[in-house]
Parts: sequence; C-alpha cells; structure tokens
Amino acid sequence: MQDMGEALTVAMTLVLSGDDDLIEIVALSLRVSLTATTAACVIGLPIGALVATNRFPGRGAVLVVMNALMGLPPVVVGLIVYLHLSRAGPLGFLGLLYTPTAMIIAQTILIAPIVAALSRQVIEDMHAEYADHFRSLCLSARQTVQALLWDARYALLTVALAGFGRAVAEVGAVMIVGGNIDHMTRVMTTAIALETSKGDLPLALGLGIVLMILALGVNALVHSLRLTAVRQAHA
Amino acid sequence: MREAIIHGPEALTAGAIPASNLLPLRVRGLCLTLGGRRILNGLDLDLGPTGCTVLLGPNGAGKTQFLRLLHGLLEPDAGEIDWNGTAPEQVTSRQALVFQKPVLLRRSVAANVDFVLRSRNLPRARRSALLDHVGLGDKARQPARLLSGGEAQRLALARALATEPEVLFLDEPTASLDPASVNRIEEIVLKAVRNGTRVILVTHDIGQARRLADEIVFLHGGRVAEQATADRFFAGPRTPAARAHVSGGLVL
Repeated sequence: MQDMGEALTVAMTLVLSGDDDLIEIVALSLRVSLTATTAACVIGLPIGALVATNRFPGRGAVLVVMNALMGLPPVVVGLIVYLHLSRAGPLGFLGLLYTPTAMIIAQTILIAPIVAALSRQVIEDMHAEYADHFRSLCLSARQTVQALLWDARYALLTVALAGFGRAVAEVGAVMIVGGNIDHMTRVMTTAIALETSKGDLPLALGLGIVLMILALGVNALVHSLRLTAVRQAHA
Repeated sequence: MREAIIHGPEALTAGAIPASNLLPLRVRGLCLTLGGRRILNGLDLDLGPTGCTVLLGPNGAGKTQFLRLLHGLLEPDAGEIDWNGTAPEQVTSRQALVFQKPVLLRRSVAANVDFVLRSRNLPRARRSALLDHVGLGDKARQPARLLSGGEAQRLALARALATEPEVLFLDEPTASLDPASVNRIEEIVLKAVRNGTRVILVTHDIGQARRLADEIVFLHGGRVAEQATADRFFAGPRTPAARAHVSGGLVL
C-alpha cells in the first residue's frame, strides 16, 4: 500500500489530468443526484407548501412523520427499493435494479422528506406573514401556494441544495440498488468505498477530493444565494 | 356591480367609481373575544354609502379587530354584519384593507402591483397608472422591501386601489410616518373618497381625523360610544371618554 503522501500526489494528478474513469464516475454521480434532487423538489415542495398552509385533523402527526422521515437510514431505503425492484418484487418487471434509475429512485425517496420538512418550515413562517394579505385578496389555495413558493425561492434553493448534499454524499442506498457496477452504476461514494477496500487509495482519494470540492461548492453557492437574498431584501 | 376597469391615471382621480352597493352597512350586537379578553361587546353601527368614516378610540378599544371583522378576516362570536344584503362570501373581494404594517411581497414594486392585478384578472397595463398615482412611478423596478416606510405604505395603497374596492379599510396607515409622507397618503385617500370609494379609517391622529373624516365613530369599551359627523363631533364630543380622547386626556 502506498503511503498517504504518495497517494495524495497520484490523486491530484488524476484530478488535474481529467482521468477518464474519474470523470465518468463524477458525471454519473452528478446526473443521479441532480435528477434525484429535482424529483424530490417536485414531490417535496408542494407537500411542504400544502402542509404549511392548511390546518387539518392529524396535522401534528403528519409533522412528526415528516420530521422523522428526514432521518431515514440510506441502507433501509436501499433495501426497500431493492425489494420492490428485484425480480420477485412488485416492480421487478420494470427491470430497473442495478441501473442509474434505481439509484435515482432510492435517492429521491431519501431526500424528498428532507425537502418537504424543511420547505414546510420555510413556507409556514412566510405564510404567517402573508396570510392576512392573501385572505384579503381572496386568493385560492393554488394561488397562495404558488405565491409562497415563488417568494421563498431563495430559501427553498437552500433547501434543495441541502437535499443534493445529502444525496451526493450517501453510499448505502445506491450501493444496494445500483450494485456499484463499473461503467454503469459506479458513483463517487461507492467507488471510494470499493477502492479503499481494495487498497487503491489514489483513485479513492481523488474521488474524495472531488466530493469535498463539490461539498464546498454547494456551501459557497448557498452562502452566495443568502447574500443575494439579503441584498435584494428578499430574506 | 360596477363595471369600472380604469386605464389611465385620470380615471383614478376623476370620479370613475360610482357609489358602492355594499353600503349601507348595518352591524348589530357584534361580540368578539380574543385570548380570553372581550374585545367587542355588543357593538351596533350603521354606515351610509359615501364618504370617509374615521374610527377613533383608545388603544385596546377594538378598532383594528373591528376592521378585520368587517373585512371578513375574523369571525365574530355573536352578532350580525350586513353589507346591504350581500352574501358574506362576496364581500371581502369587493373590499381592500391596508394594514398598519404593510405586508410587501419579496418582489419588485411593480411585481407587487402585478400580483394583485393578476389575482383579479385585471390588465397589467394599469400598473404604471397606479404607481404614478401614488408617486412611485420611478421606483417600479426597486425591491419593494427596500422602500421607506412612507413609500411602502403608498405601495400598499396602490395595491389596494388596484382591486377597485368599493370599500377601502385603512388601519392606521400613517402611524410612525413623517409629515410629508402623511400628507401624500392623505391626498391619495381624499382622491379615493372623491372617486366614490367608501373609506373607513382607523387613526390615533386627531389632526388627521379632522382633515379626512366626514363622520367619526368613537369606540370605547367594545361598543360605539359616539357616532357623529366630523364637524359635530369636533365641535364638542358628547361622551366623557370621547372628550378626554380628543383633548389628549387619559381614557380609562
């Protein structure tokens, strides 16, 4: 096994030279996690908005469930999706197991509750401020939700980025439903786990560096969005 | 119903709105309790079809909550609010309420007005006339939340007028504003009254009440303690509470 310094040097060379394998893995990771984030937003934002703007029996229980689902263990989500997509499962006929689509489904299930719960809080706070004005205008429920989603856009982008951060960094679910197949379902986290277990530290470290850069980039983007919101008095 | 869709700035100031058919208003036995405290206690009131009525009264008299009840934002515990026989579900959309602290959307000044116009299926072309009318024509592209207090309240007024309300409620619209801003807002209110919009305004500013009111309603103890034309009221309030209020005394 190479020592840490040598591994880091080789890792940096891989990153800077644009190694084909590395680029393929990073590209698939981004495709899977960005698609899952988009799908989670399509599902989670309206749910968050509807729960935020409506009072109904059992709402407290719904909030508890929504918050609890934020902590879903990725391996459990992976197992459930696996059971559904496996040949003997109810959705086995779709033939999705060990495909990027299965990974997208698993990550969507994992982060949709995060998007729903966090957006519910953001939108509920804003609705408390706008509610009288909207009632005065006699807005429909649909107009209310649309207006709140638009006005909370900066905060909701932060929510979406939090979901993306969770998706791109998780390993358990995509390992189970994707199978970590080379050139097909291998993403950064599963590759790091595999290469580390094989003792091939340079590629693992190279992927780790990219993952860290992505995490830093996401945080920088969130920070910049917050600054933009404050500048425009939208916060 | 009115058929007014106003397209030019002149239409906002030239008597384009015919007299309301939401009025006269008849309120009987209105009671409201909030947080265990009785706010309104069997309030009776009749309002005619035109002019500006100013609600006066000490803090806690229930003026703001009374406006919210009239606008349909609150449900009374008991009593009746009769807007000339209009079905309750049709009342709120024919009125507008400007809050003491204007609620501005996190958008530009123009987008704030556009939002209201779009919600009522009114032409967006009215926006510039409305903004010019309240003196914000040159600030259309600014973020609304960066406006000063007076500008924000004028934008709230523009949004309220955009809905072509038959009744315009104003809840202390000039509280904490400088004299110039107060003057500009009062001009807009007076134009709205001349236009035929029925204005019901809450204020603690006795001078403002003298300048704007055709009629004074003095609330005290959860009821109407006194109702009179502005001239008659300011010539000599008949109840001790109103006299103390107008003279700046402590009303208990």
